[in-house]
Amino acid sequence: MIKRTLNPAHFALLPMAFAAVAVYLGSMLWTLRISMSSSRSLPLHDFVGLAQYQRLFTNERWLHSLHNLAIYTPLFIVACLCVGFLLALLVDRQASGGGVLRAVFLYPYALSFIATGLIWQWLLNPELGIQQAAHEWGFGGFRFDWLVDPERVIYTLVIATVWQCAGLVMAILLAGLRGIDADILRAARLDGVPAWRIQVSIVVPMLAYSFATATLLLLTAAVKLYDAVIAMTQGGPGTASEVPAKFIMDHLFGRANIALASAGATVMVLTAVALLAPLFYARHRARRANR
Amino acid sequence: MTRRGHRDPAWWGLAALALSAAAFFLLPLYVMAITSLKPMEEIRLGHLFAWPTQLSLDAWRAAWSGACTGVACEGIRGGFWNSVSIVLPSTIIAITLGALNGYALAYWRARGAALLFGLLMIGAFIPVQVLMFPLVRMLGPLHLVGSLPGIVLVHVIFSMPIMTLIFRNHFAALPRELFLAARLDGAGFLRIFVLLMLPLSVPMLVVAAIMQATGVWNDYILGLVFAGREHLPMTVQLNNLVNTTTGTKLYNVDMAATLLTSLVPLTIYVLSGRWFVRGIAAGAVRG
Repeated sequence: MIKRTLNPAHFALLPMAFAAVAVYLGSMLWTLRISMSSSRSLPLHDFVGLAQYQRLFTNERWLHSLHNLAIYTPLFIVACLCVGFLLALLVDRQASGGGVLRAVFLYPYALSFIATGLIWQWLLNPELGIQQAAHEWGFGGFRFDWLVDPERVIYTLVIATVWQCAGLVMAILLAGLRGIDADILRAARLDGVPAWRIQVSIVVPMLAYSFATATLLLLTAAVKLYDAVIAMTQGGPGTASEVPAKFIMDHLFGRANIALASAGATVMVLTAVALLAPLFYARHRARRANR
Repeated sequence: MTRRGHRDPAWWGLAALALSAAAFFLLPLYVMAITSLKPMEEIRLGHLFAWPTQLSLDAWRAAWSGACTGVACEGIRGGFWNSVSIVLPSTIIAITLGALNGYALAYWRARGAALLFGLLMIGAFIPVQVLMFPLVRMLGPLHLVGSLPGIVLVHVIFSMPIMTLIFRNHFAALPRELFLAARLDGAGFLRIFVLLMLPLSVPMLVVAAIMQATGVWNDYILGLVFAGREHLPMTVQLNNLVNTTTGTKLYNVDMAATLLTSLVPLTIYVLSGRWFVRGIAAGAVRG
C-alpha cells in the first residue's frame, strides 16, 4: 500500500503537532509549574509546593468567584435547556413560519458576549431601563434593580446569557427532533397518550444525546464566563459578580501575581475535567442507546 | 397535529406562545435600535420602549467617527478595520490548516497522529485563561505579542481543534474509493488535496468560514491581550467606549456603537441562514 519512507502527512501535520504539544500540553504544564512557585510579575523557578493553593483558598475574592460560578453554572445550563427545548417544540410545530421563528430565536447567538452584556446592562439599568418603564406604566412598586444589588447581580448574568444561548440549544435539539421517527409519536397519539406525556416520556428520552451535547457546550461556555461579566458589571457592584476567569485575568495582568493566577487556572482546569468527564461518559452511553 | 387542527384552541395557544417568545427575543434589539436614534434629552425622560419623537442619526455618526475610546476620540471605525484585518487572515489560514489536518488524519497514516489529535481535542475544552500567560511568554521574544501576525497566530491556534475536527469528520464521511482511485492513478498528497478533496468540500468550507469569521469577530479576550494598541479589535474598543468613558454617559452613542459592532456577525447570520445552523451541528459533534 502506501510507502512509509517519506510520508507527506507528517509535514502537513507539523502545525497541528506544534499547537497540540507546545501550546496546549506545554502551556498546561507550564501553568502547573508556575502555580508551585513564588512568582509575582516574572516567572521564578523556585518550588513552594502547594502554598499558592493555600493562599488561593483563603482568598475572599477567589472563594466568592467560585461561589458565583457555582450559582451561575447550574442555573444557566438548566434555564438554557428548558427554554431551548420549548423553543425547539414551538419551531418544530409551526407548519409555516418555523424558519422565521428559528431565525429570531437564534440571532442572539450570532452576537458577541460583549454586545449581549452591553444590551442587558442598558435594559436592566434601574433608572432608565425596564424598572423605569414599569414605573411609567403605573406599576410604581415594581422593583427590578438586580444589576446594582450585590446579592442578585449574578442572576442578571444568567438572564443575559440565557437570552444569548437558548437558541443554540434549540438548534441542537431541532436536529435531534428531525431524527425521531414520526410513526412512534403517531402510534402513541392513537393510543390516547396525552400530548405532554408524549413529550416527557418519549421525546425527551429520545433526545438524550442531543441534550448531553448541548450541556457539554453550555458547561464549557459557563466555565469560561468572562466577556459578559466585563461588559455588563465589570465584576461589580464592588466584587459581587466576580468569576474565576476574571480573577485569573486580573491577577495575571493587573495585579502581577502570576503564581496565584496559575493556581487559579489549574483549579479551573481540574473543575472543568471533573464536570466534563462524567458528561462525556453519559453522552457516550446516550449515543449507544439512541442509535 | 400540524395541519389537522389549524383553527382549534391548542393551535392558537401555541401561536400566541410562539409570538410572545419571539417578542421577548426581539425586544432587546428593538430597544437598542430606537435608543440609538433618540437624542440624549429624550432618553433622560425614560420611555424605554417608545418610538423616538424625532429620528436622528447623530449618535451613529458619533459612534463611528467621533466618540472617545480610551485616549483617542475617533469613534470605533478604527476598530472596525482592525477587526477586518484580523478576521480575514485568521479565517483563511485556520480553514486551510483545518482542512489539511482533517484530510491528513482521515486518509494518511502518520505515526502518533491519533495521539496528537486526542490532545488537540482535550485542548478544545481548556479555558483560554489557563494557556494565556505561557503563550504571552512564548510569543513575547518573537515580537508577536501586540502585533497583527501575533493575534492572527493566536486565533489560528485556538480554532485549530474545532476546525480540524469538522474537516476530519467531513473527509471521513466521503467514500474512501475516491481517494484510493486517485492514489492508483499516481496522484500525491497535495495533488489529491487540491484537485479532489477541496472541490468536494465547498459546502464545508463555507460552513467553516461562517463559524470562524463570526467567532473571531466576536472575540474579546484574545484581542485584548494579544492584538496590542495599534490593532485592538472592534469588541475591545466597544467595551472601552461604553465602560471606561468619564463624564456623561451617552447611551444613544453606546447603543449605536454596539449595533455597529454587531452588524457584521448579524449580516453573516442573516445571509447565511441554514449554513449557520449547519455550523452549529458540525461543531456539536465533538468528543
